[in-house]
Amino acid sequence: MSASEKAETDPLEAFRDEVRAFLAENFDPSLVGKDNVMSSVEGDDEMSPEAARWKTAMGERGWGTPTWPREYGGGGLSRAEAKVLNQEMMRAKAWNPIGGMGVMMLGPTLLEFASEEQKQRHIPPICRGEIRWCQGYSEPGAGSDLASLKCKAEDKGDHYLVNGQKTWTSGGQWADWCFALVRTSTHHKHEGISFLLLDMKTLGVEVRPIRLISGASPFCETFFTDVKVPKENLVGQEGQGWTIGKRLLEHERTNLSGGSRLAGFMGPSVADLAKRYIGTDEEGRIADPDLRTRIIRHDMEARSFMLTAQRVMENAKTGGPTTISSILKNVGTKVQQERAELILEIMGMNGLGWDGEGFAEDELSATRSWLWGKATSIYGGTAEIQNNVIAKRILGMLDHQ
Amino acid sequence: MVTLNEEQTMLRDMARDWAANEAPVSAFRALRDRKAVAGFDRSTFEEMAQMGWTGVIAPESYGGSEFGVLGLGLVLEETGRTLTASPLLSSGLVAVSALMLGGSDAQKERWLPGLASGETIGTLAVDEGPRHDPAKIEAKAEKRGDGFVLSGTKAYVPEGDSADLFIVAARTGEGIGLFLVPGNAEGVSRSARSMVDSRSHAFVQFEGVSLPSDALLGEEDGAALLDKILDRARIGTAAEMLGLCSQAFDMTLDYLKTREQFGEILSRFQALQHRMAHLFTQIELMRSTVEAALVAVDQDRADLPVMASLAKAVANETTHLMSRELIQLHGGIGMTDDYDAGFYLKRARILENAYGNASFHRERFARLSGY
Repeated sequence: MSASEKAETDPLEAFRDEVRAFLAENFDPSLVGKDNVMSSVEGDDEMSPEAARWKTAMGERGWGTPTWPREYGGGGLSRAEAKVLNQEMMRAKAWNPIGGMGVMMLGPTLLEFASEEQKQRHIPPICRGEIRWCQGYSEPGAGSDLASLKCKAEDKGDHYLVNGQKTWTSGGQWADWCFALVRTSTHHKHEGISFLLLDMKTLGVEVRPIRLISGASPFCETFFTDVKVPKENLVGQEGQGWTIGKRLLEHERTNLSGGSRLAGFMGPSVADLAKRYIGTDEEGRIADPDLRTRIIRHDMEARSFMLTAQRVMENAKTGGPTTISSILKNVGTKVQQERAELILEIMGMNGLGWDGEGFAEDELSATRSWLWGKATSIYGGTAEIQNNVIAKRILGMLDHQ
Repeated sequence: MVTLNEEQTMLRDMARDWAANEAPVSAFRALRDRKAVAGFDRSTFEEMAQMGWTGVIAPESYGGSEFGVLGLGLVLEETGRTLTASPLLSSGLVAVSALMLGGSDAQKERWLPGLASGETIGTLAVDEGPRHDPAKIEAKAEKRGDGFVLSGTKAYVPEGDSADLFIVAARTGEGIGLFLVPGNAEGVSRSARSMVDSRSHAFVQFEGVSLPSDALLGEEDGAALLDKILDRARIGTAAEMLGLCSQAFDMTLDYLKTREQFGEILSRFQALQHRMAHLFTQIELMRSTVEAALVAVDQDRADLPVMASLAKAVANETTHLMSRELIQLHGGIGMTDDYDAGFYLKRARILENAYGNASFHRERFARLSGY
């Protein structure tokens, strides 16, 4: 059977042809490998004309958010079609230009909780990758105990007056909008929290980048002084913020665990690096047997993690993250951190260079990603909080607090 | 949980109900108390055979149902939960696999119907010392006339006390070959070993056993075949361990939710919650590797050896941790013979040693991965 005959009988194959044609027309081969997965938090605004054209094309189709409803600018694809799209993009080495917190976290949450007007207004720009969102959750006094947050939103009739401070605002210095948890009542801890959407250009919003141990400043402190927020920007009901905010965190945890994308982040295998730096014995084994054993343990854990991520994805056929996402985050971050530590150990002093001469580029980037990676078991709910969640929600071990 | 088809789901549910109702841990306790040499109860095994479990992977033409290794893995997991003592793994998985992978039509005709129906009990006899190490095989099969003469000893042969068929690994002129040796052949003798899990792990001697030429399974250089059979044994063992671990975890969680100290239910203590969260995480990871390995067998994937070593190493480590925490978190009551926890600890260590401990499989995993 020829390809066109196949397409006539199988709508998925027809769709595959459509995707191929689209990719051939819009994804310039010069873009291969030019993906910057961290662009949403690193503020990389410079885009080549090819990249800009690719982003526009994907945004128009809604294929950056393939399974979101078409009416809000998503791709409106079935799971089977999205899989085909993914396969064909991988084949062409094309990357998704639509990303960031809007896609990973806010969009799914809005689809679930927002009013029709809010969906119409906020989701399409996310699908086109036009608006950068940042997260206003943590405060100086509210980290793991997020519900003790104090940033307050007073009811002033047609608007809320927001006063307070947020911290660890990812990409706050580049963000256009912020989704924030604010306190609308001091009478109840959890029920006094609401979920607000704020325009970062509003008078009274001030942002200061925080310099991290890695030298980068992906997070900010954000100060709100008498910031007026129209009431139409409240998502859900007043007091429903904790429920909505927690749901959003589940999306965040699923994404932060790396999931199936972990393989893509991994680069050369730790074993190959060890062979290169340390050498092998006459039987081809890594010459340092103690290190070798730890590499094996790490490899096995990484494989187990990827198989688990795969299993969770296969199970979640009906869509939406499940409570098991807490497991993925802890294991995924542990695997990534362990990998960084092993690479550093393998490189020895060469893995501890800060900048300048005497170090290879991959050595310097190993140092920086090692330092940056320490954040992963802290943000989005620390490893300890994840364990609380597992014990409480999955194992039903009652609240100790 | 791996995605199951309708038949697999039915098989698992049937096994779960049967194990819980017909073969609970109290049945194992009774068996232990009566010190049965065979290490299992005949009538219980007959029930399992009647349900078709001994023939789950065997071809239909030999009386099996061809449900695949994943299907049998589900049964092994469920019966592992209640420590059901039976030759299902050694015979229904390992011996049947050996015949399916290496048997001629005549050999299959001779042995598979009996193994699939459960009337014949088969087992693989590989190791000669206390640790799994196929490289150390010294048993010999020397050519004599048309056939072979087999001599040597095999240690800790599972179900060795009752086996009707030994599949014996022995050195030939060409390498390591596998031989089908009837349990009642002249020159075969067995001595029982009393082990912590109260199951059968016999010492078997082969003294100048005369074998016809058609006793050879596959080629005289059968190391690759042996490895394939062993991988199925490793994965099946890991499936049993998955059931054992899951049950040990559930028992511990139940206990923590009922035991009170300092006026509080133990499960309210965060120090214990985090240990349980960790165990839960490790068991989920173990489940992923075991299920993936079972599926890899049915798909006959090229990376099956890596998957087998991954699954067995992870299963060993997790089972080790879980069985130790099982005792510790139960406190004093876990140390008493009246309580079931000890049975799980004892069986755990036996299974950890079976077909390769964690360090054996880490080494194999690394070599297969090229480092």
